[in-house]
Amino acid sequence: MKILKLVFKNALRHKLRSFLTILGIGIAVMAFGLLRTVVTAWYAGIEASAANRLITRQAVSFIFPLPYAYRDQIAKIPGVEIVTYMNWFQGVYIDKNQFFARMACDPETFFNVYPEFIVPPDQMETFKKERNSCVVGRDIAKQYNLKIGDVMPIEGDIYPGRWEFVVRAIYQPRDKTVDGTQMLFHWEYLNERMKQEMPIRAGDVGWYIVKISDPSKSAQISEQIDALFKNSRAETKTETERAFQQSFIAATSAIVTAMNVMSFVIIGIIMLVLGNTMIMAARERTREYAVFKTLGFSGGHLVGLIAGESFLISFFGGGLGLLMTFPLINMFEAFMPKGWFPIFNLEPITMILAGVSALSVGIVASLFPIQRALGTKIVDGLRHIG
Amino acid sequence: MPSIIQVQDVSKAYRRDSFDIPVLNNISLEIPEGEFLALMGPSGSGKTTLLNLIAGIDRPNKGTIVVGGTNIASLNESHLAKWRSTHVGFVFQFYNLLPVLTAFENVELPLLLTSLSKKDRKQHVEAVLTVVGLKDRMNHYPKQLSGGQEQRVAIARAIATDPTILVADEPTGDLDKSSADEILTLLERLNKEFKKTIVMVTHDPRAAEKAHTIRHLDKGELK
Ligand SMILES: Nc1ncnc2c1ncn2[C@@H]1O[C@H](COP(=O)(O)OP(=O)(O)OP(=O)(O)O)[C@@H](O)[C@H]1O
Ligand SMILES: [Mg+2]
Repeated sequence: MKILKLVFKNALRHKLRSFLTILGIGIAVMAFGLLRTVVTAWYAGIEASAANRLITRQAVSFIFPLPYAYRDQIAKIPGVEIVTYMNWFQGVYIDKNQFFARMACDPETFFNVYPEFIVPPDQMETFKKERNSCVVGRDIAKQYNLKIGDVMPIEGDIYPGRWEFVVRAIYQPRDKTVDGTQMLFHWEYLNERMKQEMPIRAGDVGWYIVKISDPSKSAQISEQIDALFKNSRAETKTETERAFQQSFIAATSAIVTAMNVMSFVIIGIIMLVLGNTMIMAARERTREYAVFKTLGFSGGHLVGLIAGESFLISFFGGGLGLLMTFPLINMFEAFMPKGWFPIFNLEPITMILAGVSALSVGIVASLFPIQRALGTKIVDGLRHIG
Repeated sequence: MPSIIQVQDVSKAYRRDSFDIPVLNNISLEIPEGEFLALMGPSGSGKTTLLNLIAGIDRPNKGTIVVGGTNIASLNESHLAKWRSTHVGFVFQFYNLLPVLTAFENVELPLLLTSLSKKDRKQHVEAVLTVVGLKDRMNHYPKQLSGGQEQRVAIARAIATDPTILVADEPTGDLDKSSADEILTLLERLNKEFKKTIVMVTHDPRAAEKAHTIRHLDKGELK
């Protein structure tokens, strides 16, 4: 108990040094938390994808369209339950910085393939009925204060012209892994206008989403779909939704790996920061430790004294870091374009990992000073000039 | 008077790099209970070394040292530590108080190793601080005290556990004349009134005068 008091007094001996060490650990823990959160957010998108959905896209590139006529052909393949299709619309809503997915879909089939987008039945009914209606995610409705009946004017870019959509439904994501930031409208509405203004683009579909009844047949069905359109003017590439997502992030995966590594490098940095402080403290107190031993205090007492101080500093550093992580994550999310990371949370596992790392670093950082204090002979310690 | 300290044929050499530096050569010394002995000699003659051996914070290469009936060279590290905590009081030239602890807490430190209750510890600490005349300063930190006062607190710490012997290594070496006189008077009183056996290393002839016996160390030999 008295030792504990001494631990506190020792930690407060060089207030500025201890404070800077605590701050250093805090910042490192905060950086760790942010990096891990970004990495986790990155993979959350893949985790959320369903195994019973295949994506069929143009074989050369995602940006080339497929003919609408493929729809019925795909639907005939045994094992295919539902075929739906989408187009990437984008456009400018309010200004260029408002980034979230805006896509054309088939209202009749989309929600059967994506049951994780939950729309109240009455809203669903009006949405399906009106050609220029759209459905927006809960998060988008909240962010732009959109209510049922509001008009969303969008300046087209991929599909030029001025577009106006009426919000007729707001979907709720089924759970927190589901993106609540999408805007969907009738593919037919888009197609009608293309027929009039750019007939060459009429009947274009961005990609097909194929719901299959047995996920274990995904490879076989994918092959069958692609075989159908072999040697046609638009060959296809079909893969599971998960593989599709992964191919998207493959390019960025090097960065993600780097961030992953960085987050653990940071733990090494915490160790050096704290280790340095503890070694300085132990060196200054060489003579004091010799006095302790002279008075009959045991090695165990010194271990408690040194490890206790290190642990105390890492405890406050870790705590401070975690406290700072919350506002940082919120700030980071606020500064990022909406929809980049639909799911961006500080996971409990990240907090536990950060806290446990800081504390174990506290123990490890005290090993060298402890070894030094125990290894120094009393007579040498007493002769030490601090 | 029976001898409380018996040093027999003790030799000590320090190893530096690859060769040994002999410091003490076959030293023998008997100190009776209640003695106040001054150990003098030129710098580097081995005074501190001999004192450390008697106090059990260093070990001889050869010979035996018996203090209060215990052959301390035969004790292992943890027994020796325990033995020191109850049998030896230390006074150093540079006081060696812990700067983060008050006078009270510094004196209480060795008592934390005993089974005394908090209340008993408080009584002990206040009693010894009264002996050294610093009870009114017990809540002060070392840096708020003068050198002489710090050394008095250090003496209070040394006698708090009522040890068998008191060892002092140049206790007045860092003090001005009047502070040094106070310390010497205090040590004399501890010897006379409290019957403490004291072994004191000193360079100061005036300090040595207060002792009953003066021994000289020179080139590792006792005279
Ligand atoms: N821990 C040690 N390691 C190595 N050499 C030591 C050690 N302690 C003392 N010595 C050497 O032993 C010799 C005697 O040292 P000691 O400290 O006993 O002398 P002293 O008589 O106390 O001198 P002073 O009056 O200067 O305090 C010196 O040459 C010193 O350098
Ligand atoms: Mg000396």
